[in-house]
Amino acid sequence: MSMLLLIEQVLNGLQFGVMLFLMAAGLTLIFGVMGLINLAHGSLYMVGAFAAAAVAGATGSFVLALIASLIAAAAAGALVELVVIRRLYDRDHLDQVLATFALILIFSEGTRWLFGSFPLFLDIPAALSGPVTLPGGIQYPAYRLLIIAVGLLIAFGLFQLIARTRIGIQIRAGESDREMIAALGVDISRLYTIVFALGAALAGLAGALVGAIQSVQVGMGEPVLILAFVVIVIGGIGSIRGALVGALLVGLTDTLGGVLLPGLFATFMEPSAATAVGSSLASMSIYILMAGVLLFRPTGLYGTT
Amino acid sequence: MTREALINLFLFLLLPVTAGAAWLLEEPFIITLTTKVAILALAGVGLNIALGLGGLVSLGHAAFFGIGGYAMGILAAHAQSFDPLMEVTFLIEGTKSMPVIWLVAVIAGALAALAIGALSLRTSGVYFIMITLAFGQMLYYFAISWPAYGGEDGLSIYVRNGFPGLNTLDPIQFFSLAFGVLALVLWFAGRLAAAPFGLALSAARQNAERVETVGMSPYRLRLLAFVISGAITALAGALFADLNRFVSPTMLSWQMSGEIMIFVILGGVGRLYGPVAGAALFILLEHILGGLSDFWHVYLGILLLLVVLFARGGMIGSLAGRAVAHD
Repeated sequence: MSMLLLIEQVLNGLQFGVMLFLMAAGLTLIFGVMGLINLAHGSLYMVGAFAAAAVAGATGSFVLALIASLIAAAAAGALVELVVIRRLYDRDHLDQVLATFALILIFSEGTRWLFGSFPLFLDIPAALSGPVTLPGGIQYPAYRLLIIAVGLLIAFGLFQLIARTRIGIQIRAGESDREMIAALGVDISRLYTIVFALGAALAGLAGALVGAIQSVQVGMGEPVLILAFVVIVIGGIGSIRGALVGALLVGLTDTLGGVLLPGLFATFMEPSAATAVGSSLASMSIYILMAGVLLFRPTGLYGTT
Repeated sequence: MTREALINLFLFLLLPVTAGAAWLLEEPFIITLTTKVAILALAGVGLNIALGLGGLVSLGHAAFFGIGGYAMGILAAHAQSFDPLMEVTFLIEGTKSMPVIWLVAVIAGALAALAIGALSLRTSGVYFIMITLAFGQMLYYFAISWPAYGGEDGLSIYVRNGFPGLNTLDPIQFFSLAFGVLALVLWFAGRLAAAPFGLALSAARQNAERVETVGMSPYRLRLLAFVISGAITALAGALFADLNRFVSPTMLSWQMSGEIMIFVILGGVGRLYGPVAGAALFILLEHILGGLSDFWHVYLGILLLLVVLFARGGMIGSLAGRAVAHD
């Protein structure tokens, strides 16, 4: 295992991690403020990716595509919140799980109906398609570096939003005592719609950014959704900082596990068996990580009971 | 007789009457569909013990369903290739005998539920939902990446496994077998709910502190419920794999967990016959709507949404009124 390859994989892990953060941040905000478990978050990711692919196909502009993903996902999120989600806030988690599972069915089949079953492709803009040379002579795709930068920038912006703006104060107040801030004259249902649309926009952006690396297809959101759940369980539900730490941990574990574990087992097993055991364990590694964290901290790293 | 008892009787008779009529009319496909309803209902009855009785919202029950399926697949695959599972110290051979496969499936499901439950039940609420989901995914990815038993492609069995005294390849005989198992498990689940254990479990769902105060451990009650629930769902998985003569990681996928949960909810959470009603409605919809449109999941989604938002208590709840405490 050369050092260069290892650094490249660490960067891949970071890139995966910041994308997971964009998903997990919305989920954890929505849970923290509204107490809602939203399985349909992966569908908003898909909506963002499809909107970006459609706009990029029509205009050829990647920037417009990204803007479209934000708008489409935020609009879909706000609509879903107004029609369905707001009836679920005072229901138990079982009802929330089922209603949002039903939304997944509607979103997935609806998208398949509109766009067909074949995957769409979203091209990386030409200026970013080549590699850049990093200090130390590492060649790394410029686009993936951009994703890392965008993700970290959004994380920073989100922390600022929560910590310093008026809406951030309302969000934090809503997390700790929603009756009180309603009594103080904050329009709580408007706040909920805004938070939901914000989470949806982040998911949609993640979908568009990842859609350019992978293909844009129906069902792309659910695997990411489940990883985002793992992230917020590790980080502690409701905590943005936990979501960031959890996302990076999961991203790095998943990427490095897949590279390192087969090699590790090959040192004491025959090669074919080592590949089998190593890759099986690697695919389970993040869940093992999660189980490990929960054994010691049942409410996650930054969770409060 | 209460209205719910009447509905239960109707549901209980619905399956054998449908299968019997299809047998007389020589419609083997309908018999197979009815068998599918019986088996999926069995999976739902398993989940309902955790979900309805224990209040444990497990979104990972496909794990047990798939474990049952793979118990069947692995044993039968070894039997059909005459390649023993284990030769060192003990000789363990594959088998094509359903009772043995069921036993293995139930034990494997119970052990998996013990391990997953022991960890997951340390948490509650949303954490529990997500952790059971994550454990289900863990097994799903394990099944995909483990090449020995077909990996992503799954395992096919040439001939359905045997049951002493029955020809399981005959649809009506296999239906009778599956229905017999369902009836037995329904009887067991009904007794369980009325037994001291079931009452304590219900009490732990409604007020865990009070149960603890009288000296019982909610954690243990829930863990035992989770283990029983997992074992029954694994048994259903073994039957389901035998019905299709095929097992693949799809049986472990989280959509499967969602579907098993839909059976329970459509029928009515905590109702003994809820999963039977739910599974029957689901398969009926699949065939009516599936024939009308390729995108029938949209309609299923809308229906499910309406049931959750407006018809709490599911089908049986809407027809029979509130008989069980919903909390």
